[in-house]
Amino acid sequence: MSTPIIECRNLKKFFGTPYGTLHAVDNVSFALEEGKTLGIVGESGCGKSTLGRTVLGLHKATEGQVLFEGREIQDLPPAEMKSLRKEMQIIFQDPYSSLNPRDTVAQIIAQPMQIQGIYKTKAEINERVAELMDIVGLGPRFANTYPHEMDGGRRQRVGIARALAMNPKFVVCDEPVSALDVSIQAQVLNLMMDLQEQMGLTYLFITHNLAVVKHISDDIAVMYLGQMVEKAQTDDLFSHPLHPYTQALLQAIPIPEIGHKNSIKNVLKGEITSPIEPKPGCRFAPRCPYATEKCHSVEPAFRELEPDHFVACHLFGQ
Amino acid sequence: MSEELLKIKGLNVRYVVGKEVSEAVNGIDIVINQGETLGLVGETGAGKTTTALSIMNMLPQYVSRVQGEIFYKGKDVLKMKEHELRKLRGKQISMVFQDPMTSLNPVYRVGEQIGEVLTLHEGKMSKGELRKRVGEILELVGIPASRQDEYPHQFSGGMKQRVIIAIAIACRPELLIADEPTTALDVTIQAQVLDMMQDLRNTLNSSILMITHDLGIVASFCDNVAIMYAGEIVEYGTLDEIFDRTEKHHPYTEGLFNAIPNLNVKTDRLNPIQGMTPDPRDLPAGCKFHPRCPHACDACKSGQVPVYRRGTHQIKCLLAEEWGEKECEGEEQV
Repeated sequence: MSTPIIECRNLKKFFGTPYGTLHAVDNVSFALEEGKTLGIVGESGCGKSTLGRTVLGLHKATEGQVLFEGREIQDLPPAEMKSLRKEMQIIFQDPYSSLNPRDTVAQIIAQPMQIQGIYKTKAEINERVAELMDIVGLGPRFANTYPHEMDGGRRQRVGIARALAMNPKFVVCDEPVSALDVSIQAQVLNLMMDLQEQMGLTYLFITHNLAVVKHISDDIAVMYLGQMVEKAQTDDLFSHPLHPYTQALLQAIPIPEIGHKNSIKNVLKGEITSPIEPKPGCRFAPRCPYATEKCHSVEPAFRELEPDHFVACHLFGQ
Repeated sequence: MSEELLKIKGLNVRYVVGKEVSEAVNGIDIVINQGETLGLVGETGAGKTTTALSIMNMLPQYVSRVQGEIFYKGKDVLKMKEHELRKLRGKQISMVFQDPMTSLNPVYRVGEQIGEVLTLHEGKMSKGELRKRVGEILELVGIPASRQDEYPHQFSGGMKQRVIIAIAIACRPELLIADEPTTALDVTIQAQVLDMMQDLRNTLNSSILMITHDLGIVASFCDNVAIMYAGEIVEYGTLDEIFDRTEKHHPYTEGLFNAIPNLNVKTDRLNPIQGMTPDPRDLPAGCKFHPRCPHACDACKSGQVPVYRRGTHQIKCLLAEEWGEKECEGEEQV
């Protein structure tokens, strides 16, 4: 087996708040091989985005390691980190706020090249910008338009072109299609899958949309309150989810077919508890229909129950 | 036989800002019967929210031009006086807004915001009685009555949305307009909210206009479905008619279904609808969907597209010519 392109070991990211320590990412480990897509699913506030940013070094981890091609990236000197950023990029959720409204499309896409200084002349930069716009399906006529003149789908294409400008190997996609309409969403998803195939990209695909994540991912990890509760191959996860939270999540998706009328059942009671100073034991225990005494006191370990199928739950015996 | 509660006839809404005219809603007809749930489906800018706001006659008057008729129990809402509307809104027709974070007032206690509707429509009552009523309504939406003295920021997103629903149902409205009530929520919380709305429908026998872009929600919640595109209803039918893949459909409906990744079917590529939704300031002539339609022919590019009907199922597309009977447009446009 080759070295994974990105690997996290016991990664933790805590934030200090006036009410105590917020455990945004709490002891997460995973490895991702080149050319694959790992989908991260979870509800808002479960730490998906923080995980994505910590992996890229945009947040400094509280504890744990992030290895890019086997090399620890967290204590790299700034110059080396800067050059490493060419390899790892991010596509943001909101194409409305992640583009500078004062820059034209060409300027936005050219910015990473100017910062990294890999092209010497303006002509070279322009050529590369035109090439990138072509790759993401933006006509040359958009080069001098401003973000507000474009619709959401095109703006997200600008965000993708900017992320690809440096020929990265690894891209964190933080809810890249959530802000888009369904008909446009499909266009952007197809584009991202084509680009992955052509350029051998590795994606960490963060989303709350289970249908999207199933479509694009090789493996899926489910997060709940800062922790990974289950990770498996996509088909495996959907065909036999083990963790009670994953099961509830899958049952809660409304299916667009007849015969599902009134099929939504109130499967989970209660709300997500606070990630600030979480209680000991399993984080999901207060909402879990199967919770026992042990679940409220002992934190379950994240372990490999079946080949490639990890779960953190006491229901499955040691 | 159920009674006609709401009937929209030939509704047109234009937004006029300076010299720019946006054609937001273009001649739609909708009927909602007592106790029925209609799903209004469409993408951003299709005119869904504009339609909802015109039912309450709440469009900003200085920029909007409204034509057509909206009958609520036989009375035209658009011709009502302000004092009549005030009695209607919140009492007989109420609305659940899309964004729970911004539609509650942050400086008033949750209980006060629910109580306001009650005192407005049911007259003055004693403090104790009001507290009791507010508590009951909160418990109906699954929030302990003791929390009525808290402020919106002390509630989670799902609970705020339930407070908004509580405000909307406080006076037991006969028509509830829910404008994307769960878009801002997570799936497990969404399931809770939809489940609760289902219970309410069963206990109050209210009609619901469910505005959404999520076909999954429609499939699990609605009786009838209207598909909206560029301010027009392009297809209308019962849930079974719209979701039956072997039936005849409008190409836009087909496109919508093909564009969503299906959890039960493994596909390598999605089939997006080509192109973008049209700018309401510059709608194409003829069929509004023709620039994106894979079946478009010359006839689609100009003139009015008729509505064809077969039973309860209607399609506004020239391709449906042989499928159904042509609707007489002459009668509709008075």
